[in-house]
Amino acid sequence: MARRVSNGQKALTTVLAWAVGLLIFFPILWTVLMSFHAEGDAIKSPFEMLSSPWTLASYGEVQERSNYTLHFFNSVVISVGSTVLALVIAIPGAWAMAFVPGRKTKDLLMWMLSTKMMPAVGVLIPMYLGFKNLGLLDTRTGLVIIMTLINLPIIIWMLYTYFKEIPGEILEAARMDGASLRSEIIHVLTPMAVPGIASTVLLNIILAWNEAFWTLQLTTHNAAPLTTFIASYSSPEGLFYAKLSAASTMAIAPILIMGWFSQKQLVRGLTFGAVK
Amino acid sequence: MTVTLRALLGASALLALSGAAMAETEITVATVNNGDMVRMQGLMDDFYKKHPDIKVNWVTLEENVLRQKVTTDIATKGGQFDVLTIGTYEVPIWGKQGWLVPLDDLPASYDKADLLPAIAGGLTVDGHLMASPFYGESSMVMYRTDLMEKAGLKMPEKPTWDDIKKAAAAMTDKSKEQYGICLRGKAGWGENMAFLTAMSNSFGARWFDENWKPQFDQAAWHDTLAFYLDLMTNYGPPGASNNGFNENLALFQQGHCGMWIDATVAASFVTGKDSTVADKVGFALAPDMGKGKRGNWLWAWALAIPAGSQKVDAAKTFIDWATNKDYLALVASKEGWANVPPGTRTSLYANPEYAKVPFAKMTLDSINSADPTHPTVDPVPYVGVQFAAIPEFQGIGTQVGQIFSAVLAGTTSLEDGLKQAQDSTTAAMTKAGYIK
Repeated sequence: MARRVSNGQKALTTVLAWAVGLLIFFPILWTVLMSFHAEGDAIKSPFEMLSSPWTLASYGEVQERSNYTLHFFNSVVISVGSTVLALVIAIPGAWAMAFVPGRKTKDLLMWMLSTKMMPAVGVLIPMYLGFKNLGLLDTRTGLVIIMTLINLPIIIWMLYTYFKEIPGEILEAARMDGASLRSEIIHVLTPMAVPGIASTVLLNIILAWNEAFWTLQLTTHNAAPLTTFIASYSSPEGLFYAKLSAASTMAIAPILIMGWFSQKQLVRGLTFGAVK
Repeated sequence: MTVTLRALLGASALLALSGAAMAETEITVATVNNGDMVRMQGLMDDFYKKHPDIKVNWVTLEENVLRQKVTTDIATKGGQFDVLTIGTYEVPIWGKQGWLVPLDDLPASYDKADLLPAIAGGLTVDGHLMASPFYGESSMVMYRTDLMEKAGLKMPEKPTWDDIKKAAAAMTDKSKEQYGICLRGKAGWGENMAFLTAMSNSFGARWFDENWKPQFDQAAWHDTLAFYLDLMTNYGPPGASNNGFNENLALFQQGHCGMWIDATVAASFVTGKDSTVADKVGFALAPDMGKGKRGNWLWAWALAIPAGSQKVDAAKTFIDWATNKDYLALVASKEGWANVPPGTRTSLYANPEYAKVPFAKMTLDSINSADPTHPTVDPVPYVGVQFAAIPEFQGIGTQVGQIFSAVLAGTTSLEDGLKQAQDSTTAAMTKAGYIK
């Protein structure tokens, strides 16, 4: 039975939700607004900045100075490539943990998660040397591999949670009908877990897109994604807010648009299995 | 048909051969996003015209990210970079470690003898030039001529700290958001500690004595910090503990500061198109206390070749192009004399055209009055004016910077701050093996 909600409560909740939403969105909004002003105006007080002339000059300068297309292409390859590779590894892994758990499965899951607790800088030198010796420095392949490794624990955890919601009997029935293990995972399990897999994919593309430690450390030019593009516009001596904001807006726009169009899928996946 | 095919094959072979003859050497240059560096990237056509066989890839990063990245690369001999933009802090340390390629064999036209002695001295290790200066800077007083005139004061060319305090008091009108003085307060070895270390030199303080014992428990440091707090509390802008170079630049450009003591490179910004007070700015040497040292620092961004580079010859060719006299003339012809990278060459300051730039003389005088090998009144075991060129200084300097920033914010008392600085620096220096 639905709970009765008064109009006053509805209005209050709506205002509160909008206030929280705007508060979270405000830094992005301000970044976009600053990007449309001259450097001298971007540092003024908020009112003065908004009343000063609007300009596309910062976008023009950023376009002129940087190879945005190359950085964008690298970001797409690294984030999509690492997510696909991680899925190929994570789906069978999560299947095993969800449907044929062993005595140490829980420990294994916790151990995987614990790797996320170590500060990345702690393994910078060994990783750097490894990449150097394997010829992977400043390559998209190297970045795809490291992003896969970084996000694998989260992907396995998410998929494991989704798979646990799928009744094991359905898979048993498929087995009774003679489905091989491969068919069982590809043709039975995966289609049923599509919302969960989709939200995992989206979340991991976003995480890989925004990753700014390894991508900055392990690339120079050829494989540098949009994070290095942004980092190149901060300056210790001289005004840079407008140009940095323009670069940030250009870097986050694709992922914002993708998130906007796929938000239904994302919410559906994240709440998948929440109601039994 | 056969003839056509042969002709095509022949042409392809010729193309392949000529391609091999014109094979490009690609070099990667790591640099910071400062105005002069960005300008250089815009003038690369001249380089490609002179050296069509070398292609330059730029990696531009924020200063601290760049520092961390090139340190990792150079320590592991990663070889990702062929030319590094590094400062006078890194050069003595990395040069001693053998991480840099000496630049003794640059062509005669480079004219090493023309480099400003103070700048070249900071980039030379055991007699070898380890990095070529791209631009040099010191610090000086920038002040509002209109406000000084209104207050009935005249800024001496070589002011004392008492002159500065007097002027700050006269120009402060907090009801109009007009503050007598703006100084760095943001924590960091290259932020507030660059200013405070240089200031402390003029008060007779030093980071370490000859036995590497920290000196924050001495009266000179107490006097330095007390004077700084007095200035900032009474005549400085609110929230100054968050202000670094860019924040103070914004305040000065918008007319909120009567004086600003900071990098000489700021002169072109405060007199530039974004400044609302561009035509009301005067310059003076950094202040002193009559003890023989002024409170100005010395810094240079310089180009160096890491020992791991496989393309040393092409890297040297690039460094020669970017830092020789012809490059200065190129910038002058394209962007005007005011935009020429300052503070590297004697010949630039002998040029009558450059002498017309309002801040040229003061920049040169400021650079010449700094001595990185004898930075303090009393002797010290380190090189560097606003830093001690030892690997541990980044960490120690930032920690002390955080303590002094907290003192400025009022969350720690002056006495407690100095004690904390003394204790933490002593612990770090003992751990690093300097204090037995």
